[in-house]
Amino acid sequence: MTKKAEEPFVFYSILHLVELTGHSAATLQELAEHLRSIDGGSIYFHTHQFVKQHLYLTPEPPNDFAYWVTEVLGEDRLGETLSAIDVTDYSSLGAMREAFVSSVEGALALRPRLKHLSAPEGEEFHFLKSVSFVFPTDLRAHDLDELADSLRRVSLDSIYFHLFEARLRLERPTNDFSNWVANALGEEALAVRIARLDPYSQSGEGIRKELLKIVDGRFVREA
Amino acid sequence: MAKIEEYETIVGKGVVHELRLLAERLQGKSVQHVNSTAVGGGVAEILNRMVPLLREIGVDTRWDVIKGGEQFFQVTKKIHNALHGVEEDITPEQWDIFWETGKRNSEELPCAADIVFIHDPQPIALVNQKEARRNKWLWRCHVDISRSQSAVFEPLLDRVKQFDAAVFSAPAFAKRIPVRQFLIAPSLDPLSDKNKELRANEVEEVLGKYGITSEKPIITQVSRFDRLKDPVGVIEAFRKVKRHVDCQLVLAGGSASDDPESVEVLEQVKQFSEGDRDIHILLMPQNDIHINALQRASAVIVQKSLREGFGLTVTEALWKGKPVVASAVGGITVQIKHKYHGLLCHSVDGAALAIRQVLQNPEYANWLGGNGREHVRRNFLVTRHLRDYLLAFLSLYKAEDIIYL
Repeated sequence: MTKKAEEPFVFYSILHLVELTGHSAATLQELAEHLRSIDGGSIYFHTHQFVKQHLYLTPEPPNDFAYWVTEVLGEDRLGETLSAIDVTDYSSLGAMREAFVSSVEGALALRPRLKHLSAPEGEEFHFLKSVSFVFPTDLRAHDLDELADSLRRVSLDSIYFHLFEARLRLERPTNDFSNWVANALGEEALAVRIARLDPYSQSGEGIRKELLKIVDGRFVREA
Repeated sequence: MAKIEEYETIVGKGVVHELRLLAERLQGKSVQHVNSTAVGGGVAEILNRMVPLLREIGVDTRWDVIKGGEQFFQVTKKIHNALHGVEEDITPEQWDIFWETGKRNSEELPCAADIVFIHDPQPIALVNQKEARRNKWLWRCHVDISRSQSAVFEPLLDRVKQFDAAVFSAPAFAKRIPVRQFLIAPSLDPLSDKNKELRANEVEEVLGKYGITSEKPIITQVSRFDRLKDPVGVIEAFRKVKRHVDCQLVLAGGSASDDPESVEVLEQVKQFSEGDRDIHILLMPQNDIHINALQRASAVIVQKSLREGFGLTVTEALWKGKPVVASAVGGITVQIKHKYHGLLCHSVDGAALAIRQVLQNPEYANWLGGNGREHVRRNFLVTRHLRDYLLAFLSLYKAEDIIYL
C-alpha cells in the first residue's frame, strides 16, 4: 500500500502570450550586447520555450540562439557550442545568461573574423518574451498510483510547467514532482531520481515516459 | 460555419476546454472589434470566423465597421502603402479627410465595451474616446510597419501611444514604439473549404479539369501574379530541377483583371513558359476547393516570394503535410525553421537545389511535411488564434509576466 499525502499534488497548466521586446540583433556583437542586458524572461523564452515549442521534433533544435547562429549566420562552430550549453546545469536565469554571453564573447575574442558575420535582411534575431498564464487543472494525486495515473492523462503543457517553469522562472529549488514526492510522501530516493531527469534531450512524450518509468519503476523494485 | 466542438478532433479536447476556461475568466467583460470593412480582405475574413467563435464560448462580443467615403479610403490606401515602406505623398488636405472622417465616426460609434479592439489604422481616431470611457484599448496592426515612411507613421504614432497594447503578426513587422507589443500570428481554419480534407477522387477530378497529370511529381506555387511573388524565378528554378527530375510546375493565382501590373506579369510569365507543356499557368477565379486540391496533389509547394506578409499560403501547404521550399522573407521565417519544417532559400539556385532534395528523397520530404503539419497544428490554427486573443484581453488587466488565473 502506498503512502497517502495530506496535501495532494495539484496539476497546473500554463499558456503563453508572446511579447515583443523591441530588441533585435543582426550580428554576434549585437547578440552578445542584448544577451547581457535583456530581461531574464527573454532568455527563458529562447531556451526553454523554444525547446517546448519543438518537443514533437526528433531530433529537436537545441535552443533559439544556437539555431540562429547555425542556420542564419552559418557559423557551425559557435552554433555547436551554444547547442551544447546544458540548461539543466543552471539554477538561475542569470547563470544561464552568463553562459550564453561568455560563449559568444569568447568566440568573438578568439576569432575576430566572426565580427563580420551579419544576418540577411529580415532574418535578424528578435528578442521575445512571454506573459505566462497559470491555472489549475482538475487532476489531483494523493499517492504515487494517482500520480502515475495523472501523468498518463495530463497535457504536455502541464508536465512542462512543473518541470521547467516552476524550477527556473518561479525559482523553486527543484522541479515540482521531485519536491512533492520528497516533502509530501517522504520518498527521498525517488525525489532525487526525478530531480535528475533531463527533460531537454528528448521529445515531450519521451519526458512523460521517463517520468512514468521512474514512478512506476519504484513499484517493480518493491514487488 | 463550424462549431467549436468540431475542432476537438483536430486540436484535442484539452485545447477547446482551455478556451472555455479562459472565456470564463472574461465573464462580465465585453469586447468590441472595429475595422473598416465587413466583407473582403484578410481582416474581415478573420473577424467573420473569430466573432462567432468568441460568442460561442461565451465572450460578449460585438463587431462594428466604420463609415468612410471614397476620398477617405483613397487616403487610407496611401497610408497602407506608406506603412509598407512605399513612398507616398499625403497632402495636408488628405490628412484632414482622414482625421475628420475619424472624428465623425467617433461621434457616431460609441466604443463603450470594456475592451475595444481596433484593427489597422483606418479606425484609429476612435481612440479619442478612451480617456472619457476609461476602458481598455488594443490596436491590431495587420501590416508590416518595420520600414514605414516616418512622415506617415509619426502622426499615427500619437494615437497608437494612447492604446494599452499593440498586436503584430510577426516580430519582423513591428518597430520600437512606446506601447506594450504582443505577437499574435494569423491562422488558418482547418475546417474551411481551402483546408479541409479531400478525397483522392476529388483531387483527381480537379487535376483533370486543369489538364494536369498525376503521373509526374507536381511542383506548385499558389500566388497572385505579382513580381514580388517572383513567378519567373519559380520557372527558372523548375527548369534547373527538370534537368534531373521529370516533373511539372503549376503556377496558380487569382483573377488579375483589376490590377494592370498583374496582367503584365501574367503575360510575362506566359511568354517565359511558352512551349513547355509541363508548365501549367492557371489563372483561377476564387475557388478554395480547387486550390486545396492542387496543394494536396503536389509533391512540393514553393513560395519563392521576394517580399511577403505572413504568407498564409505557406501555412496552408504545411498543414497539408507537404514539403515546402520558401524564401526566408517576412512571416515565412516564423513558420519554417530551416531543415525542420521545410527548406528556406534565398535565390533561384537555392530554390532549385532544395526542390531537388525533397523530390529525390521522399522519406526526408515526408519527415519535413509531417513536422510542418504538426507545427501548424500547434501554432497556426484558428483555435490558437482565438486563445491568443483571449490571453491578450486578460493581459490588459494585469501587468505581471506570470498571471495566475
